Amino acid sequence: MLRVENLNMRFGGLQAVRDCSFEIEAGTITGLIGPNGAGKTTTFNMIVGELKPTSGRIVFEGEDIAGLPAYKLFHKGIVRTFQIPHEFGQMTVLENLMVVPPDQPGERLFVNWIARAKVAARERQVRQRAEEALEFLSISHLRDELAGNLSGGQKKLLELGRTMMTDARLVLLDEPGAGVNPTLLLKIRDMISELHRERGYTFCLIEHDMDLISSLCDPVIVLAEGCVLTQGKMEDVRRDPEVLDAYLGGGEDE
Amino acid sequence: MDQTYGIFLYVISLLTMGGIYAILALGLNIQWGFTGLFNAGIAGFYAIGAYVSAILTTAPTARHLGGYEMPYPVAFAAAMIVAGILAWGVGRICLRLRSDYLAIATIGIAEIFRLILKNETWATNGPRGVSMVPKPFATLPEPWNHLAFLAMVLVTVAAIYLALETARKSPWGRVMTAIRENEPAARAAGKNVARFRMEGFVFGCMLMALAGAYTSHYLKFIGPNATDPLTATFLVWVMLVVGGSANNKGAILGAFLMWTVWSATEILTSRLPDDLSIRTAYVRIFLIGLVLQIVLQKFPRGILPEQRLASSAKAAENTGRPADRPST
Amino acid sequence: MIDFIGDLVNFYLIPGLVLGSIYALGAIGLTMTFGILRFANFAHGETMTLGAYFAWTLVQLTGWHPIAVLPIAMGLTVLVVLGIDRGFYKPFRASPTIMLVIASFGMMLMVRSVVQFIWGVQMKAMVPGIQMPVVLFDWLRISPKHMMIIASVLVLMFAVHYLLTYTKIGKAMRAMSDSPELARLTGINTEAVIRATWIIGAALAAAAGVLLAVDTHVETMMGFKLLLPVFAATILGGIGRPYGAVAGGLVIGMAEELSSYPWIGTEPLLNPGYKAGVAFAIMVAMLIWRPSGLFRGKVY
Ligand SMILES: Nc1ncnc2c1ncn2[C@@H]1O[C@H](COP(=O)(O)OP(=O)(O)O)[C@@H](O)[C@H]1O
Ligand SMILES: [Mg+2]
Repeated sequence: MLRVENLNMRFGGLQAVRDCSFEIEAGTITGLIGPNGAGKTTTFNMIVGELKPTSGRIVFEGEDIAGLPAYKLFHKGIVRTFQIPHEFGQMTVLENLMVVPPDQPGERLFVNWIARAKVAARERQVRQRAEEALEFLSISHLRDELAGNLSGGQKKLLELGRTMMTDARLVLLDEPGAGVNPTLLLKIRDMISELHRERGYTFCLIEHDMDLISSLCDPVIVLAEGCVLTQGKMEDVRRDPEVLDAYLGGGEDE
Repeated sequence: MDQTYGIFLYVISLLTMGGIYAILALGLNIQWGFTGLFNAGIAGFYAIGAYVSAILTTAPTARHLGGYEMPYPVAFAAAMIVAGILAWGVGRICLRLRSDYLAIATIGIAEIFRLILKNETWATNGPRGVSMVPKPFATLPEPWNHLAFLAMVLVTVAAIYLALETARKSPWGRVMTAIRENEPAARAAGKNVARFRMEGFVFGCMLMALAGAYTSHYLKFIGPNATDPLTATFLVWVMLVVGGSANNKGAILGAFLMWTVWSATEILTSRLPDDLSIRTAYVRIFLIGLVLQIVLQKFPRGILPEQRLASSAKAAENTGRPADRPST
Repeated sequence: MIDFIGDLVNFYLIPGLVLGSIYALGAIGLTMTFGILRFANFAHGETMTLGAYFAWTLVQLTGWHPIAVLPIAMGLTVLVVLGIDRGFYKPFRASPTIMLVIASFGMMLMVRSVVQFIWGVQMKAMVPGIQMPVVLFDWLRISPKHMMIIASVLVLMFAVHYLLTYTKIGKAMRAMSDSPELARLTGINTEAVIRATWIIGAALAAAAGVLLAVDTHVETMMGFKLLLPVFAATILGGIGRPYGAVAGGLVIGMAEELSSYPWIGTEPLLNPGYKAGVAFAIMVAMLIWRPSGLFRGKVY
């Protein structure tokens, strides 16, 4: 479904991603792991069009999408969440979700003045869908709360909720479990696997919690220092000496 | 009797100009309040509207381009379209960059336009300006002509207000707020940020042009001094910030309030002896500048703070956003 | 032929060089506040006006030459600007920088109205009378005031160069302009750097105002008229790049003067009334094709 070929990203003197190639198969939950600073978020940012790669190709369903703007990729079915929650702080939780769906005629200024019924009809659908998402996330009681007032975990849920507001094909989750308590983490895991099953989303997720990765992801791709170290099933990856080295040898040894 | 009638006429003129400024402030509110764009060249778009409408409606004359004698609605529409096209051009260049660049470019546009007005004498009559601009309802008897013009202005303000309130509560307004709150997240939600910014900017500039058109017909004259950055640009900013940016009622309130203060102090200072009167005029500007600074620092939400609501009552009663906007 | 070159040099190139070096002085300060405080300072033009009026007053009081009172005028302007920073910009240090843009926009009108209140709106001459130009090689005519202006600009620029290259605070300023986060991490005293930026920026702006007044005259709108070309020079040179600002200033000054040379036929290429538009046109072109400027400054 998505193929990354020889991707490179330089920030001035720093090469964050180096000659990275991997593939995400349709229908999988692919894990992307690696130590901090490995270039995982940067890779995501290039896939979703937030960063333009220095070089390399990103092929999504046969089309090279490298360098296309982020908003266009959303409409092609690529949706992402942020490692640090990016909520719309001064909007309510419900509004945060209602912003997302595409094809809202009311997003055209003039339509609001000349075709109010059409806008209202779509608005009802959008609201309905947002309420359902809140229900699924079991945060319906927070619907009228300003998103800025939510706890860290609730913001993570809201991030996940935004991916449910559109008919996504590929969902990229950047550390959905970071800073989340163990109970909520299990719930988030179940939500991801339910969305995968029921809606048929293809997922790619960055995560540091190895239990979550091994129970959800197949295959797993390991990044270190901007390069793909290895990929495969979690059990195999876990035993790979290179991976152990990348994780353990990073800080303490030198 | 005479004096009461004089006061009556004064109040009408106060309300008329106040209403015209309300249109300007509402236009700026779309740009700054809703979209977070800094327009430092309000005067330019205001003057464009004024000149286009004036030239399209005046009787034939050798002094400047003219003699088209078009009906008012056509002239008003043309004024808005010309300003809109120009705003689109400016937006194409600047909206992808940080807001400072838009500020610089808009103040530049206003200055360039002032140069054109002064130099292209064949079209604009240069520094002497376009006079004998026809005034709508001029054939009505006194004071009905003034009242009818006032009614036209106030109806326009009301219509714009309703249109903007609809826009604010609509999905369009929701996206605008989302962009202001978190631009990367809005992009990740598939929103073409540049398109929304452009809409806000162009629409705001079109309203400014309409205000300019009204002014030229109201005063029956328009000269290059109308582009004075002081009155046209600065005063409108003070009005919006004092009234409460991102609040349409606040923009209107600020416009009438500050216009009243501005014109009342003008009456006061004009009573002073000549030399003093000229100097106190600068004190007025200084004080109004000070008002802007104090409001920005101490009461950044203005008299009527922004109300956020679309889907719920809770958001409305919440104290609203802090004054600081996320930088873009 | 000599006539032709003489005309071009005497009436277009030299005035362009003079104007350009004045723009350059203004642009150095603007580019540094833009680079370090991260906002477009609309009141920068009025800083120049203020410097010119201080110098004019000092000339009236002492009877000295404007260049002699220049350091005092620069010092007074710096004091005023530091006061303005304390009262009107400092409260916004933690706010989005657009708030500073608005505050400086308001400050532009406040400073101008104070100048108009104190000194009136009448044009004033800094140096009374007309000076005869010095003639060199039979054809090169350069007036003493132009030589003096260029010499002053050169002295000031070398001073700034020394400051930025060899002093601790200068290095800190460049570091902060390159990367404020990094500068903070390495323990640079940001308030000290900000103060130094205002001091240098205001001093150079005051000098630009005084030198322009020496070349032409003193008037309350002079700063506002300088604002656009100085912004253009800043963007042309690349934001946060003092040397770029110098180059940008010179290019803009030359372009403005040369635009009214009769390149084709006998009429000026561009109606001199549109001189101010040249700077704007160059700025717009840069924003379209290369917003980072000639010297790879910052784009925000
Ligand atoms: N916008 C940026 N500018 C400069 N360096 C960056 C930028 N984004 C990320 N980096 C650097 O790139 C490297 C990879 O970062 P990132 O992709 O966030 O790692 P992670 O795998 O932890 O998500 C880090 O060293 C980071 O500091
Ligand atoms: Mg990361």
